[in-house]
Amino acid sequence: MNMVDSAQPFKTLLGPESDSQRTQYPYVTGTSVVGVKYKDGILMASDMGASYGSTLRYKSVERMKPIGKHSLLGASGEISDFQEILHYLDELILYDNMWDDGNSLGPKEVHSYLTRVMYNRRNKFNPFWNSLVLGGVKNGQKYLGTVSMIGVHFEDSHVATGFGNHLARPILREEWNENMSYEDGVKLLEKCMRVLLYRDRSAVNKIQIAKITEEGVTISRPYALKTFWEFNAFKNPTVGAEGSW
Amino acid sequence: MSKLDFDVPAKGGFSFDLCKRNDMLMKKGVQPPSYRKTGTTIVGLIFQDGVILGADTRATEGPIVCDKNCEKIHYMAPNIYCCGAGTAADTEAVTDMVSSQLQLHRYHTGRESRVITALTLLKSHLFNYQGYVQAALVLGGVDVTGPHLHTIYPHGSTDTLPFATMGSGSLAAMAVFESKYHEGLTRDEGIKLVTEAICSGIFNDLGSGSNVDVCVITKGHKEYLRNHLLPNPRSYVSAKGFSFSKKTEVLLTKVTPLKEKVEIIQAGEAMEE
Repeated sequence: MNMVDSAQPFKTLLGPESDSQRTQYPYVTGTSVVGVKYKDGILMASDMGASYGSTLRYKSVERMKPIGKHSLLGASGEISDFQEILHYLDELILYDNMWDDGNSLGPKEVHSYLTRVMYNRRNKFNPFWNSLVLGGVKNGQKYLGTVSMIGVHFEDSHVATGFGNHLARPILREEWNENMSYEDGVKLLEKCMRVLLYRDRSAVNKIQIAKITEEGVTISRPYALKTFWEFNAFKNPTVGAEGSW
Repeated sequence: MSKLDFDVPAKGGFSFDLCKRNDMLMKKGVQPPSYRKTGTTIVGLIFQDGVILGADTRATEGPIVCDKNCEKIHYMAPNIYCCGAGTAADTEAVTDMVSSQLQLHRYHTGRESRVITALTLLKSHLFNYQGYVQAALVLGGVDVTGPHLHTIYPHGSTDTLPFATMGSGSLAAMAVFESKYHEGLTRDEGIKLVTEAICSGIFNDLGSGSNVDVCVITKGHKEYLRNHLLPNPRSYVSAKGFSFSKKTEVLLTKVTPLKEKVEIIQAGEAMEE
C-alpha cells in the first residue's frame, strides 16, 4: 500500500534501527473487549468495528474466536496481528490434536503460550500490537486472563482491554459477583458496552456476546444496543446560556 | 529616576524568558519541580430542583499525595459553586478572581449573579491564556433562569450538560453516570449518584482519593457538605498507644494531643481596619 512505501525512506534515516523494520504502528485497529466470569463459565463482549486511523472502515469484524475445545480468544488492537496469532494458535491446536492422547490444551495453557509469544516479540522490538482476552472452562475450572502487547499478563474475574479498562472495569468492580446467571452477566456486559458506545469514539453499535461453558462456545449473532439521547439538556443545551456550546 | 539599561518585560501575560535556560538545565539532567496538581475526580449533575456538585479531596505532586483533604469545590457566588481540576494554583486563582469580579458586578447591578456570567468570565480568561492556565472546571449554580451546569476546558471551550465529569478520574465517574443517570432525580438520589461517581473515581483512579465533598445548590439555598463521605478512614492507629520493647524501663508516660482545643473567647470582627 502507498502508506507503507512512503514509510521506507524514513526508516532508513533512523540509523542503527534502519536495517530491520521493527518499530511499528497499528493501522487497522479494534477497540475494547470486556470479559467476565459467571456461574457456568465465561462471558465476553466486543463490538464488530475495525478502524483505519480515524475512519470506521470495517463494521463486521469478529474479534472473538474459539480456540480448540476449551478456550475463547478476544483481541483488540491491530487486526492483522490478531489474524497472525490465530494462525499460530491453529498450528498449536493442530499439533495438540495430532498427539491424539485424549488430552487437550485448556485455557490456562493457551494463555501461557500467548504470554510467551507476546513477550518474546516485545523483546525483539517487534510486538504483536494487541491486547488479548483469553477465557475458557476445562474440567469445571473457569479461567479468564489477559495478555498485553508488552507481555503483561494476569488472571482475574473480570478483564477489559483499552478503553474498557477505564470505563467498564469501575462498573464491573461495583456490580460483578461470583454467582451471576447468564442473563445477569449479559445485562452487565451490555451496560459496559453501552457506556463504551457513548464514550469511545472508535466504538460501533454492533456487538457480539460470546459464551463459553463446559459444553462449548457460542458466539451470538451481531445486534445493536438501545441508546438514549432524549435528555432535555442535550436537545436544547444552550437555553439560558447563549453563546455557549 | 535612574535610566534602565535592561529590557523591561512586556506588561501582562506570561514571560517566556526563562524557557531557554530551562531547556539547557533539562538537557543537563536537572528535573523541573513538578506542579501541585489536583489529579482529580470532579462531577456535577442537574436534578429536579437544582444542581449537585461533587469532588474528591486528594492533591498530588507527581507521585506523592501532598494534601489528603483539600477543598476542590470553590465558592463563586452565594448561588454558584465551581469544582476545579488541573494545576491547583491555577484553579484556586482563577476561581478567586472571577468570584471577586462577580461580587463587584453584584454591587454594580444589585442583582443575584447568573451562572453564564461566571461562565463567560472564566472562559474568556482561559482562552486569553491559550491553555497555559491549566484549569479544568465544572461550574454549577441556580439563578433566576434556572439550574445550570457547565464544564470549562483549559483552552477556554465550554459545554452545557445535564451531567459532567472532569479530571483524571472522569472516565470512571462517567461510567457510573452514563449507566445510572436519568431525568427527574430527587435530592437524595442525586447525592447518592454523585457520591457513587466520586467513589468510583477514588477507588479506580490513582490520581483521586481520600474523601467525598458534595455541594447541593437549589433556588435560594445551598448546602456545602464538606467530607460528606469518608470511605478511607485511618484504621491502623493503635488504641493502646505506643509500647516499647520489653527491655525498656518506662519512667514516665505523658500523652499530648496533637490538636489543641482552641477556645474562642470573643467572636472578633473580621477585617476591622
